Amino acid sequence: MYAQQVETGLSTVRTTADMADDERAFQARIDAGVRIEAKDWMPDAYRKTLIRQISQHAHSEIVGQLPEGNWVTRAPTLKRKSILLAKIQDEAGHGLYLYSAAETLGVTRDELLAALHSGKAKYSSIFNYPTLSWADMGAIGWLVDGSAIINQIPLCRCSYGPYARAMVRVCKEESFHARQGYDIMLSLARGTPEQKAMAQDALNRWWWPSLMMFGPSDAESVNSAQSAQWRIKLFSNDELRQRMVDQTVPQAEFLGLTIPDPDLRFNAKTGHYEFGAIDWTEFQNVLKGNGPCNRERLRTRVDAWEEGAWFREALVAHADKHAAVKEVA
Amino acid sequence: MDPKVNYLLRLGDNALILSQQLCRLCGKGPALEEDMALSNVALDLLGQTRLWYEYAAELEGAGRDEDRLAYHRDAHDFKNCLLLEQPNGNYADTMMRQFYFDTWHYFLIAGLTHSSDARIAAIAEKSLKEVTYHLRRSGDLVVRMGDGTAISHAKTQAAADALWMYSGEVFTYDAVDHAMVDAGIAPRADELCTQWLAHVAEIFAEATLAMPPKDAWMQSGGKQGRHTEHLGIILAEMQFLQRAYPNAQW
Amino acid sequence: MSTQLSKEWPLWEVFIRSQHGLAHKHVGSLHAPDAEMAVNNARDVYTRRNEGVSIWVVRAADIVASSPSDKGALFEPANSKVYRHPTFFPMPEEVKNL
Repeated sequence: MYAQQVETGLSTVRTTADMADDERAFQARIDAGVRIEAKDWMPDAYRKTLIRQISQHAHSEIVGQLPEGNWVTRAPTLKRKSILLAKIQDEAGHGLYLYSAAETLGVTRDELLAALHSGKAKYSSIFNYPTLSWADMGAIGWLVDGSAIINQIPLCRCSYGPYARAMVRVCKEESFHARQGYDIMLSLARGTPEQKAMAQDALNRWWWPSLMMFGPSDAESVNSAQSAQWRIKLFSNDELRQRMVDQTVPQAEFLGLTIPDPDLRFNAKTGHYEFGAIDWTEFQNVLKGNGPCNRERLRTRVDAWEEGAWFREALVAHADKHAAVKEVA
Repeated sequence: MDPKVNYLLRLGDNALILSQQLCRLCGKGPALEEDMALSNVALDLLGQTRLWYEYAAELEGAGRDEDRLAYHRDAHDFKNCLLLEQPNGNYADTMMRQFYFDTWHYFLIAGLTHSSDARIAAIAEKSLKEVTYHLRRSGDLVVRMGDGTAISHAKTQAAADALWMYSGEVFTYDAVDHAMVDAGIAPRADELCTQWLAHVAEIFAEATLAMPPKDAWMQSGGKQGRHTEHLGIILAEMQFLQRAYPNAQW
Repeated sequence: MSTQLSKEWPLWEVFIRSQHGLAHKHVGSLHAPDAEMAVNNARDVYTRRNEGVSIWVVRAADIVASSPSDKGALFEPANSKVYRHPTFFPMPEEVKNL
């Protein structure tokens, strides 16, 4: 979700017959709900998949600062500005926690950043959309963070200890994010006709991309099945997406806003909302780099990194000089 | 305008404009840890802004609130010092501006904790831990950039030199400042200036930076509403929504 | 001798003892060029302006760990302390799941 379509590098799900003793013991621990920790033995594919998944998640948090950073200088009240700034700061913090978790797997943060900057590593598709009005701040908090929570709560129970613990910390902070978004939407929906139109427009633009965040149906996906066996993916994309829709439709109704899906209807038999077809070509295009903001987002991160190189190097030089002095003394 | 209200607006405007400048750096710092730190400082300053504005609005008693003050004054009614309007530039520029301000701010806030005005003393007490940390941080970075590589040293010295002429404004007292000193509300300029010079000299020495000359010409006018061309743009961006949708609640 | 071979900021592990806590807990890691910056950064990342905490930072490279087959956890699970005190928005009662 924040980590979409993570490759495991495997073409079939591992069976007991495929496994040597240490992998069998490893799988048994996972099946028993025992956490895997940094120094434990793990199959290479598990390690690599986790590195991809966690780092993709981390990259998403870091890039995710940008769509909101776009409006923090224009927040319409000092209170809203403070709250948005705190949220953006949380996102930086989440990125940091996640990079820390990824680094326990034997990769450095600089390596992960290099993969992001080169375009090799992905981040969540949702952050390639532009924030065009203040109402987008509401829509993002409500829909995007709301979706993130749905994905992240199960991950608090995932098999890899450092990742699960990072998720616990993240989840504590995330509920504030969703609420502040919904609170913005409430203010707008109850405001002037222009504000209400602003809110509706934001919902129109963010609804479908938010549903796409969960990724295409993965019923046939080997990657998803393997990740489920490893307990680093606990629910299918469709299950999570359905949860999001079921939860969000009543919230939209309360706002008096219309979800931009003429096929949306409640199915009394199943107790779930049915919704219209998602345009997966749009999603694939965004992943390929053809979203509205892919180039700008990446450019901004690359520029910050490159322009900051002299600063980072200076601090290393200073540390070296003074470590040397200490050694001599 | 009542001198105390004026003075409070100066304090609030400084914090607001600097916070606004730092907000533009969201997600664009040279390291993730720096992004965290910058937004921390920006948040702290914004919090202080709101405390100063709240008090100013109460004393003024004209029905304005913090948002009215922030979003509905034009540039000539803003009273922040010119230093804070200077562009973010490169990271040396950003942190030197921060350091010059933090040093003054720390000694000022420490002084204000002894203010004869209880509310001002209380706000200062609350802010002191924050500004102490801000100063430690910006000082640490100036030292590291100054005594880092040749490149960082050059950038940091250039920033120190370029911003120097904006550093004196806070020590140039006008009638409003003098009224505050006379009432025991605010510390004296000479005290603050001595402390400021001593601390900057100490950090610059550690940073292997040359102190610009003390008797250099200093720009001023910010406190009196005569700003640089930067402020209009800063306000246009900041105030846009409130100005475009005048009767809306957010 | 600690000259960095690359120019990357080294990794530090962070341990925090909260105001009323009894012992430092491991909360995660961060990158910093030296110890003082590591403490500063830890304050910004892991305490979010929460005053009165004690912070330890240790270079990750200096940590000596027992082998996983030893009984007993090395790291406690992340505590559930809320580092930030968000403004809780009263949500209308009718609205669920927020």
